[in-house]
Amino acid sequence: MIITTQPILSIITFLPLVGAIFIATLPKAAANNARWVALWTTIVTFFVSLLIWVNFDTSTPAFQFVEEYAWLGPIKYKMGVDGISMLFVILTTFLMPLCVLASWQSIEERVKEYMIAFLVLETLMIGVFCALDLVLFYLFFEGGLIPMFLIIGVWGGPRRVYASFKFFLYTLLGSLLMLIAILAIYGYAGTTDIPALLTTTRLPPDMQFWLWLAFFASFAVKMPMWPVHTWLPDAHVEAPTAGSVILAAILLKMGGYGFLRFSVPMFPLATEQLAPLVFALSVIAIIYTSLVAFVQEDMKKLIAYSSVAHMGFVTMGIFTVTTQGVDGAIFQMLSHGIVSAALFLCVGVVYDRMHTREIAAYGGLADRMPIYAACFMVFTMANVGLPGTSGFVGEFLTLLGAFKVNTWVAFSATFGVILSACYALYLYRAVMFGSLDKPALKLLPDLSTREIAVLAPLVLLTVVLGFYPAPILDVTAVSVKNLVAQYEAAIAGASQAATLP
Amino acid sequence: METLASYSPALPEIALAIGAMALLMLGVFREDTARNGVSVGWLSVVLMAVVALLVGWGGAERVELFDGAYVSDAFSRFAKILILAAAAASLILGFGYFERAKIMKFEIPVVVLLSTIGMFMMVSANDLISLYLGLELMSLALYVLAAVRRDSLRSSESGLKYFVLGALSSGMLLYGASLIYGFTGTTSFTALAEALKDGSGAQNVGLVVGLVFLLVGLAFKISAVPFHMWTPDVYEGAPTPVTAFFAGAPKVAAVALLLRVLHDAFPGMLFQWQQIIVFLSVASMLLGSFAAIGQTSIKRLLAFSSIANVGFILIGLAAGTEYGVSSVLIYLAIYVVMTLGSFAVVLAMRRKDEMDETIQSLAGLSQTNLPMAVAFAALLFSMAGIPPLAGFFAKFYVFDAAIKAGLTPLVIVGALASVVGAFYYLRVVKIMFFDEPADKFSPAEPGVRWVMGLSAALVIFYVVYPLPLLDAANAAARALVP
Repeated sequence: MIITTQPILSIITFLPLVGAIFIATLPKAAANNARWVALWTTIVTFFVSLLIWVNFDTSTPAFQFVEEYAWLGPIKYKMGVDGISMLFVILTTFLMPLCVLASWQSIEERVKEYMIAFLVLETLMIGVFCALDLVLFYLFFEGGLIPMFLIIGVWGGPRRVYASFKFFLYTLLGSLLMLIAILAIYGYAGTTDIPALLTTTRLPPDMQFWLWLAFFASFAVKMPMWPVHTWLPDAHVEAPTAGSVILAAILLKMGGYGFLRFSVPMFPLATEQLAPLVFALSVIAIIYTSLVAFVQEDMKKLIAYSSVAHMGFVTMGIFTVTTQGVDGAIFQMLSHGIVSAALFLCVGVVYDRMHTREIAAYGGLADRMPIYAACFMVFTMANVGLPGTSGFVGEFLTLLGAFKVNTWVAFSATFGVILSACYALYLYRAVMFGSLDKPALKLLPDLSTREIAVLAPLVLLTVVLGFYPAPILDVTAVSVKNLVAQYEAAIAGASQAATLP
Repeated sequence: METLASYSPALPEIALAIGAMALLMLGVFREDTARNGVSVGWLSVVLMAVVALLVGWGGAERVELFDGAYVSDAFSRFAKILILAAAAASLILGFGYFERAKIMKFEIPVVVLLSTIGMFMMVSANDLISLYLGLELMSLALYVLAAVRRDSLRSSESGLKYFVLGALSSGMLLYGASLIYGFTGTTSFTALAEALKDGSGAQNVGLVVGLVFLLVGLAFKISAVPFHMWTPDVYEGAPTPVTAFFAGAPKVAAVALLLRVLHDAFPGMLFQWQQIIVFLSVASMLLGSFAAIGQTSIKRLLAFSSIANVGFILIGLAAGTEYGVSSVLIYLAIYVVMTLGSFAVVLAMRRKDEMDETIQSLAGLSQTNLPMAVAFAALLFSMAGIPPLAGFFAKFYVFDAAIKAGLTPLVIVGALASVVGAFYYLRVVKIMFFDEPADKFSPAEPGVRWVMGLSAALVIFYVVYPLPLLDAANAAARALVP
C-alpha cells in the first residue's frame, strides 16, 4: 500500500489529541472509561505509525511523507521524516500504550486529567520529530513543557512543586535562547523551512558560532549534559512512574535529535570548532555522573544519573560526526529509550507495592518475585551494555567513532562502561539478592498480568535488538551517511576557502 | 466647500458622541435604579457594536479631515475595533459586580462611552492639538471611573492618585508639545515629518527635549517604567471591572498613539527616540517581571504583568520598522484578549458576596472548578509566552521585528525577562493545580463566564488559524509607515 500522498504524519500526530478531546467530553466519574479510551487511542496511534515504517524508503536520505500547508504567511506548516527522525516517532508511539498501562492502578486521582495530559504530550512529542519548520519545531518542543509540568506537579511525589518548577524554568531558559537563534536564522536566510536550510543555506562562520551556542543551550539542558543536568534527578524522582518513563525515553532524546537535526548539519564549522567542548562535557558526564549514581539511595535517582551518563555517550557519538559515531548515538538513544523506560517501569512495580523507592528498604526480592527479577536482570544488563543486549551496540559504536577521532576521549569514556557495571550491579544486588528478612517484603506478589504485558515487549526488544540491530541501522544508514558527507564537504569547503588567497 | 458627506470618515466618532448623549438623556429621565443602569449598559454595548460596523464600513484608505488634524486609515481602523472590543467586554464584565456593590448607575456606561470617544480621537490624531484633546477626554473619564465607588476609601484614593499623577504627565506632555511647536513652528504630524526629513532635528536640542517630554507623558499613560508608579495602586484600588477596562482599551489607544506620533511625525528622529524606547522597554520588562514575584493580590500581580507586557510591546516599537508596527499591533490584540480573560477570572473569584482577590484563594481551583482553572491556566501560560498559545506568537513577532532591526541585545533581555515572568505565572498555576482546594467560589454570572471562555478559546485556538490577524496587522502597519 502506497500512502505517501496521505497526510499520515499529521494523522499520527493529532490522533492522540483527538483522543484527549474525547476524554474531556466524558463525565467526571468515568475514570475507567478515560483509561480505556487513552489505551485504545495510543494503541491505534502505534499501529498507524507502523505504516510509516512499512512504507519507509531506506534508500534515500530525503524527507518522506512530506506535507505542507499554509500557516503563518512565510512560515509553513510542514511535516516529514527521514532516517534520523522516523524511529523516534515509532519509539514514542510504542511507549505510550505501555505508559498508559503502567498508570492503570498507580494513578487513582484525577484520572481523566492525567490521561488528557499524557495524550496532549504525545501529540507534542511526535510533532517535535516530524516538524520540518523551525518555528513549528519550536512550538512542539516548547509546548511539551505545559503537560509535563502538570504531570510532575499534580501527580508527583512530595517535592513535586520544586521539581516541576526547576524542570520548567531550566528548559524554558535554554529554549528561549534557541528561539532567538531561530529568529536570527529566519532573519538571515529568510526562511524557516528545515530542508531548505539544510541544503542551500550556508551561514557565515562567526554567526554559526553564536547560533550553535544558543541551540546548544537548549539541547544541552534537554539532553541533559553536565553541568546543566541537575533538574533531571529531581524531575525523575518526583514524577509519577509513567512521567519518568516519558521523560527518560522521549524528552531526553529531543536534545540528541536536535543536535543531529540542527547543530551538526546547519552549523558544521562551529561544530568542528566546538566539538572538543562537547567531548569534554560528555566525558565528565560519563565518569562523574556514574560516580554520583553509585552513591544514590533512591532507585529512581540512581537510574536518572545513569541516564545522564548514557546520554554522555550519545553526545560524544554525535559530535564525532563519523558514520559509526552517529549511528551508534542514534542506536544508543533508541536503546536507552527502551531500557531506561523499562527500568523506571520496574521501579514503579515495586513502588506501587511498597510506596518507597529507597534501595535500603528492599533486599532478597528474587525469592518472592522471580519473574520480576528476571526482567530486571535483562534491563540491568542492557544498562551495563552487555553484549547481546541493545545497550551494547550503541555504546560500542559510539566508542568506535570516538576512537577514530580522539583516542583519549574514547579511552576515558570506556571507564564509564566499567562504572555503569558497578552501579547497575550494585542496585541489582541490593534489591534482588540477599536474604528476604524485611517482614513487609515477605508478602509481595509477583508481576500481575498487566505488568507482564507492559514489560514483556520491552524485554523482547532489548534482546532482539542486541542480537540483530540491522532493522534500526538499515533505516538510519543512508541519512547518517548523507549527514556525515555533507558535514565533511562543508568543512573541506571552508578550509579550501581559507587557503585560497 | 465641505459638504456634510465629507465628514463621513468621522462617522464612528460622531455616532459615539451622539449615542453617548442620547443614552445620558435616557438615563436621566428614567428612574434611578440598577435596572436602568444595566439597560443603559446593554444599549451602550449595542451602540459600540454599531460603531464597530461603521468603522469596518468606513474603508481602509487614508482620509484627512479638519485641516489634517484628524486622519482615518487602516491603522486607526485596526486600533478602533480593538478598543471597542475591549471596552464592550469590560462593560459586560462589570454589570454583575456593580449591581452587587449597589453602584450600577447609568453614568458608568456613559462615562465609558465618553472615554472611548477620547481613545478614538487619540488613534486618529494627526496633530499635537487633537492628540492632547483625545488624551484628556479619555483621561478625565478614566479618573472618574477609578473613583466610582464613592463609599470605598481605596477606590477614592486610587482615583485621586491617578488624577494627580495623570495631571502631572499631561503637563509634561503639553510642555513637550509646546517646545516642539516652538522649534518647528507646526503642530501637524505631516508637517513635522516634512520639516525633520533631512535629519536636522537631531541637532536641535530644544526639539529633542520636547520629544523627550512628549514621550514621558505618553509613557505615563502606557505605564512604562519609570512612570509606572500609579499602576499597581490604581489597579488594586479601582473596582475590578474598571481595572479590566484600564488594562485594556486605554493601553491600546495610548500605544497606538505612540506608534503614530513616532512613525508619522518623527521618522526623521528615529535614532533619538529609539534609545528612549529601548530604555523604557528594558526597565519595564525587568521591573514588571521581578516586582510581580512577591505579590499576594491577583490584581497587583496583573498590574505588574501589564507593566512587563508594555515592555514587550515597546520592543516591537523600538524596531522602528513597518514590521515592528505590525508586531506591536498583533501583540496588542493578543494582550487585550489575555488581559480581559484574566480579569474575568478575577471577577469570578467571589464567595457569596465577598470578592476575594488574594492569589491564595485560588488554591486547588482545578478540583473545585476545573473549566475555570483550565481557562486561567491557558491565559497564564499564554502570558508567559509558552507555545502553542497565542501569547507565544505575540512575543515571537516583536522579537522577530527587533532582531531584523538589529536589536538582538534587547531581545536577549526580553527572553530573560520572560523566564522570570514565567516563574510568577507558574506560581499561580501551581496554586490552582497543585495545592489543596480551598472553598468553592460562587457561580459567576453569564457575562463573566462568556468573556472568560471566549478569551481562553481565542488564546488556545489562535494557533490553528493565525493568518487573519497577521494580515490585518500588516495592512494597518503599511498604512502607518508608507
